[in-house]
Parts: sequence; structure tokens; C-alpha cells
Amino acid sequence: MRNLSLSTLGPLAALILLVILGAWLNENFYSAGNITNVLARSAFIGMIAVGMTFVITSGGLDLSVGSMAAFIAGMMILAMNAMLPRLGVGIPLVLAGMGVALAVGLLAGLGNGLLITRARIEPFIVTLGTMGIFRSLVTWIANGGTLSLDFGTREFYRPVYYGGLFGVAWPIIVFAIIAVLGEVMMRHTRFGRYCEAIGSNDKVARYSAVKVETVQLWTYIALGLLVGLATILYVPRLGSASGSTGLLWELEAIAAVIIGGTALKGGYGRVWGTVVGVLILSLIDNILNLADLVSPYLNGAIQGVIIVLAVVLQRGKSSAEGR
Amino acid sequence: MTAILTLQDVRKSFGPIEILHGIDFALHPGEVHALIGENGAGKSTIMKILGGFLAPTSGQVLFEGKPATYHNGAEAEAQGIVVIHQEFNLAADLTVNQNIWLGREMGGWLLDHKAMRAATQALLDQLECRVSPDARIRDLPVSDRQMVEIAKALSRKARVLIMDEPSAVLTGHEVEVLFRQIDRLREQGVALLYTSHRLDEVAHLADRITVLRDGAVVRQALRGEMTEDGMATAMVGRDLKDIFPPRRSEFGPVVLELRDFAVPPLVSGIGFALRRGEVLGISGLVGSGRTELAEGLVGLRRHSGTVLRNGAETTIRSIAGAAEQGLAYLTEDRKERGLLLAKTLRENLTLSTLDRFGTPLVSRAAEEAALTQAIADFDIRAPKRDMVVGNLSGGNQQKVLLAKTMLAEPEVIIIDEPTRGIDIGTKSQIYHFIDRLARDGHSVIVISSDMPEILGLSDRVLVMRQGRMAGVLEGAEITETAIVRLVMGTTEKATEHA
Repeated sequence: MRNLSLSTLGPLAALILLVILGAWLNENFYSAGNITNVLARSAFIGMIAVGMTFVITSGGLDLSVGSMAAFIAGMMILAMNAMLPRLGVGIPLVLAGMGVALAVGLLAGLGNGLLITRARIEPFIVTLGTMGIFRSLVTWIANGGTLSLDFGTREFYRPVYYGGLFGVAWPIIVFAIIAVLGEVMMRHTRFGRYCEAIGSNDKVARYSAVKVETVQLWTYIALGLLVGLATILYVPRLGSASGSTGLLWELEAIAAVIIGGTALKGGYGRVWGTVVGVLILSLIDNILNLADLVSPYLNGAIQGVIIVLAVVLQRGKSSAEGR
Repeated sequence: MTAILTLQDVRKSFGPIEILHGIDFALHPGEVHALIGENGAGKSTIMKILGGFLAPTSGQVLFEGKPATYHNGAEAEAQGIVVIHQEFNLAADLTVNQNIWLGREMGGWLLDHKAMRAATQALLDQLECRVSPDARIRDLPVSDRQMVEIAKALSRKARVLIMDEPSAVLTGHEVEVLFRQIDRLREQGVALLYTSHRLDEVAHLADRITVLRDGAVVRQALRGEMTEDGMATAMVGRDLKDIFPPRRSEFGPVVLELRDFAVPPLVSGIGFALRRGEVLGISGLVGSGRTELAEGLVGLRRHSGTVLRNGAETTIRSIAGAAEQGLAYLTEDRKERGLLLAKTLRENLTLSTLDRFGTPLVSRAAEEAALTQAIADFDIRAPKRDMVVGNLSGGNQQKVLLAKTMLAEPEVIIIDEPTRGIDIGTKSQIYHFIDRLARDGHSVIVISSDMPEILGLSDRVLVMRQGRMAGVLEGAEITETAIVRLVMGTTEKATEHA
């Protein structure tokens, strides 16, 4: 149990250290504006990372989520612009756009999942392929440029990112709900237990009457839906999509999952850890921007060190458990 | 003649359990020394120590009279001690030729393909093996792989050759070829260690026999000093009545019947009826289709034929479907198919019946209650309740697997190798669990390679040979000789070779 708590507390301790460091380096760190900024920016990657936690825990991987977000954003903007003449600016138009985003996310996840579970192609290969496909499609649709939401629609849609409830921004609220739901799913439902069992040893799961393919398929579908949800909240921020939307999100999401203590080879998932991982990544970015200590250009390097360090700590833990 | 390789008072412990208790054992040049014993008697461990794969906990290994200087298999091989393993050590994606010379390729900077291929061909010819040197191991049947393994060992210019059940997967003709090669090596002065479950082979081949039981040498004899019967008695060496529960005599109606059941392409023409309260043993060699039959029956493999459950025809397409029909299968591969070694007792216990523990949220309290019950019912001895299953002993793992299987409340339980790698005390406990299940009105099918187990547990014995039923024995017909005769197909052998 002592070894186990090290892996749980490690990321949390790192997070606390970062918060103290941030406060020490810059007095604006604790301002409501900065905290909202950090949390809201964490929310997109965070929602995707929660979905990614289930995919990785059940022994899978999805490299396509960043491109998928760009593709969903593009489709959503196109659909909303197309429906604008008929529906006019208003709630129906926004709801229709959200519906399109979720539907495209579901289909994209379903596509990945079916290729992996039915055609039995490696998750890495499938999602490497769809990663290229989604990104290329959105670039092609935008003709190499940018797809922009109609100006009036954009103004109406803006509060979904910038507005909130009791002073808490919508993306933060939605992320919190997703994180709680994800934690409950992972810890207290059959689905979560089956994900861990499959990632731990899919043969044992199969021999224990677990529907391995179905469970894995649902992890990809859920991830697709969560990417859709993240996109719904992301589009009002800029009101546009291009070939570079969501660039490297997949790596940030995977990194957050790994930093949080989920095993990359599957079998062991922690949603709380993933949330902590996401916050760690955004805090590093935020602190580098606030302080002049280190160039913000080194952000990637520091994140890289953190990821490797997290895995080293994990390995120390698992080899100790193996004794 | 002095011994080339000697064990002196060798002991070996894994964790707190000592499994070899002071072994004295010697291999002489120009001699075939047979090492026999039941599964788990310690044969494999002795071979691993001789071959340098394991170090003894105490005692000495002497090579040519001096303490052995090798520390691993490769160093032992460099000194001329070659092992043919039971599980193959061949790279599946490389060719026969590449495998035989792996790590000792001929040539300088560039490989001398021509010389290696010619040498491989010569070795295969010597073994009368028709496999092409360029065939990939992946594409070869098991018996050919064994011949390649033997060819590889022959290419090593061994001074000591250790063979772990080489004939287990070979056909009659291949065994004859193997015996000729063993005779040739003996004449060349190689020291040979041979193990086999086939006592007739041992009587035919061995110049010297060592019988092992529960990690100790119980008898050593020279050629002709021990009959096959004598070997069997020495191997078992105990009154089976103490270990096995008394036989049952009352059976209910037929609960499961198979007609013309087949699991293509391995198993065909299976038909039997299983009664309530009965234990049906399935015997046969490894590879005779026993496991495939069981996996077909519970829907893990495609199958054909008719399955009647309580007299009504039924189709089972998945293991979940089998569970609905009250059928459960307990796999022989505890570590890879049965249990999640990195997960706790609780998570393993409830995995296949999790839908009974609450929807949508799984009730932790109900799971803990089930675990408490299982620990009591199956006498699971876990130092800590929340430990991972991988840290339990093999016997306790098997008990967890039994508890997990029984949680689904099946009526027909198929147990594949119920006691593989388990100590004798736990074995006996498991035999009594199986007996209790049968007396409580369950029907049990026990698949086993362990002869005493089949003899001691079964009300009827079905013997499989090469994917077919070789025969069914009942009551007084169940004897070791009768089973071995069916397993080996001795009555048909004459006609096959004619």
C-alpha cells in the first residue's frame, strides 16, 4: 500500500509544488482571472484526457483526437453557417451545431473503434491513419485557410466559452462534471472494472465472459463524444477552425493520462490522476508565461522531463509490487 | 567410468518452499540416464540446474569433477552441456536454417549462407526429417519443431545432452528415429539425460534410472533392475486412497450429452453423456485435443454437432452463453487465461459474475462479502485480503480460480488440469472439493495429464487420441494399463505401420 500511495501522491505533490512556485514567482498567479484562464484552458484537453484514460486503461490508444477536434470544429462551423439562413441566430442554431459536433464525434470514435475491434488492426496504426485523414480533410475543406463562423452567430455563441454560472466558466463546470462521472465510471461500475481487466490481460477477460470487443468499442465511442463536447466549448473561443486547430492535443492528452499514473500498457486507470496531470501541464505553461525565469519556448522541454519522470516513478512502483 | 556432470546434495527453494531436498545425481559418458517422476516431482528443476538455467540454493554442481563454472544456459552450452527444452526455444519468424545457427552463424563479416544451409540439410537428413531448411518455424507442425530442436542440439557437438520429454509430441516413426540418434550419441560417448512419461521408452532406452518423488530421489537402478510396474510404484509411492476421496456410487439423470461433436480441425467424432453427480475424466497426450474439446463446448471455439442439455438441444456460441446454460470452464492456463495476476483477490473473484453485484454501481460491500465466503469455502490462504493474486502460491491461485468459477453457480464444471504445479497437500484438498461438488449434484469433467489423478477421481474415463475418442472406460475397467493402451493406441499401432 505504501508503494501505491507514492504513485497517487507523487503527481498531487508536484501539482501543489507548482501552485506554490507560481504564487511565489508572480503575485497575479492567484488572481481570479488567471485561475479561470488556467482551468478553462485545461478543460478541453482535460475532457479528452478523461476519455483517453478509459481507452488506454483497456489497452488501447488514440492518436487521432487532436485532428478529430479540428475536423469536428470544421464540420460544426460549416453546418452552422449552412443552417443560419433557415434557423437564424439563436438557441436552435447553437443546439443544432452542438448536435452536429456530438454526432461527428460519435461517428469518428465509432470508426476508430470498429477498425480496431472488428478489423483487428493495431490501435496505433488505425489512429495514426485517421489522425492524418481528419487533419487533411479539414485543411482541404478550408482550402488551406480558415473556416470562420458567421459573425452574428459567433457573438451569440461566445458566452458558452466566456460565460458561466456563479462566476465559474462553462468549460470548467463541464470538465468538473465529466471528471466526476469518469471517476465514478472507472471505480464503481462494471464498465470501468472491465476496462481494467481487459488492459490487464484480455485473454483472462475473454475467458471470464467479458465482452472484450464491445467494451473496447465503447471506450473509443465515448472518447469521440468527449472530443465533440470539448470542441463545442472550444469553437466559441475563436469562432474558427483551420488545419492547425487542436494541433498536438493528442500528445498532451496522452501525457496527462500518463503523468496521472495510468499505465500506458493498460490495466490500471485513474481518472483523478488524469485531472491532476492536465492541471500540471497547464500550470507549467502558465507559470513560464507569467515568470521571466525560463523562456516559455522551453515549455515543451519541461513537460517532456515531467512525463519521463512520471513513467520512471511508475516503473519503480510496479517493480516493487512484482516482488 | 567417472561421471562428467554430478549433483551433490543439491537443494533448491523458491521463496519459503524447498522443492528439491538434497539430490545426488550423476551423468556418465556413453550412458543414457533416465529421470522419471510425477509432474511436480522436480525433474524440470533438476534439468534447469544441470543446464545452468537455475542455481542451486545449496549443494554443488560438479563438471568433470570440478565445481561448475557456468552461470547461465549459454555458458553451459559453450562447455558442451546442451538442453532440449520441453517448451520450444525457436524463433517463430526465422527459418529452420536460421534457427539452428542462431548466435553461432558461420562466416566472417558476411554470413556464409551456403555452408550453413548444407550443414542444416545434413542434420535434417540424419534425422530423416523432410522439412526444408528454408521453412519458417511458424509454418511447421509441433512434431517437426521438435525435430528441428533436436537437430539444433545435435549441431552443438554436445558432451552432455539433456532431453526434457522429447517424445511427447512425436509420432511413432519419429520416436524410432530419435532413439537411433540417441544410440549413436551414446556410442560416441555423450552423456544423455532422458525424461519421459512413457515408461516403456524408459525401460527400452535407459542404462540407469533415477526415480524422483516430491523433490527427493527415492530409487536408483541400472538397466533391467526395475520393471515398468516397479517404476510406477516408486513414482507414486503412496497409498492413493489417502489422497483421493472415496468413490461415489449414485448418479442422477443425464445432464449433458454430446453427439458427433467436433471442433474443426482438431477434434471430431466426440459423443458422450454426462450424468448428474458424476466425475468424467478425460485423459490423453498433450495435443490430443482435450482442451480444444472443452473450449469448443463452452463456446470459446467454433464447433459443430449436437449438444443436449437436460435432454433439450442447445447451441452455445460464447462463454457467456455457456454460463447461461449452467456450464463453466476452468482453464488449464491459470496465469494467462484464468486470473489477472496484477489485480486483487476481490477483483478476480467477481470478474465473470460482476452483473450480480449491483447496477449501475458495483457494491463493494457485496463483493467483500463474497470474498469472505470464498475464503472460507475454499480455504484460500492469503496473508492479506487486499493482496494481488500474482503473489499467492499456485495452490491458492487455483483455489481462487475455483471460487471464481463456482460463483456463477454452474451445474456442469469442466476443470482443465486441476492441480498442475500444485503441492500434494493442496492437490488433495482440490480433489475433495471436486468430490464435494459431485456429491452436491454437480457434474464435473476433469481433464488431466496426471495419471493418478484420473485414476483416483473419475467415475468414467474418456481417452482422447489425435483429436478423436480412443475409448471410454468405466468402473473396474479404469486401470493405468487400459488408459495407457488407449492413449498410445497400441492395438492399432501394428496395423498403422504395416
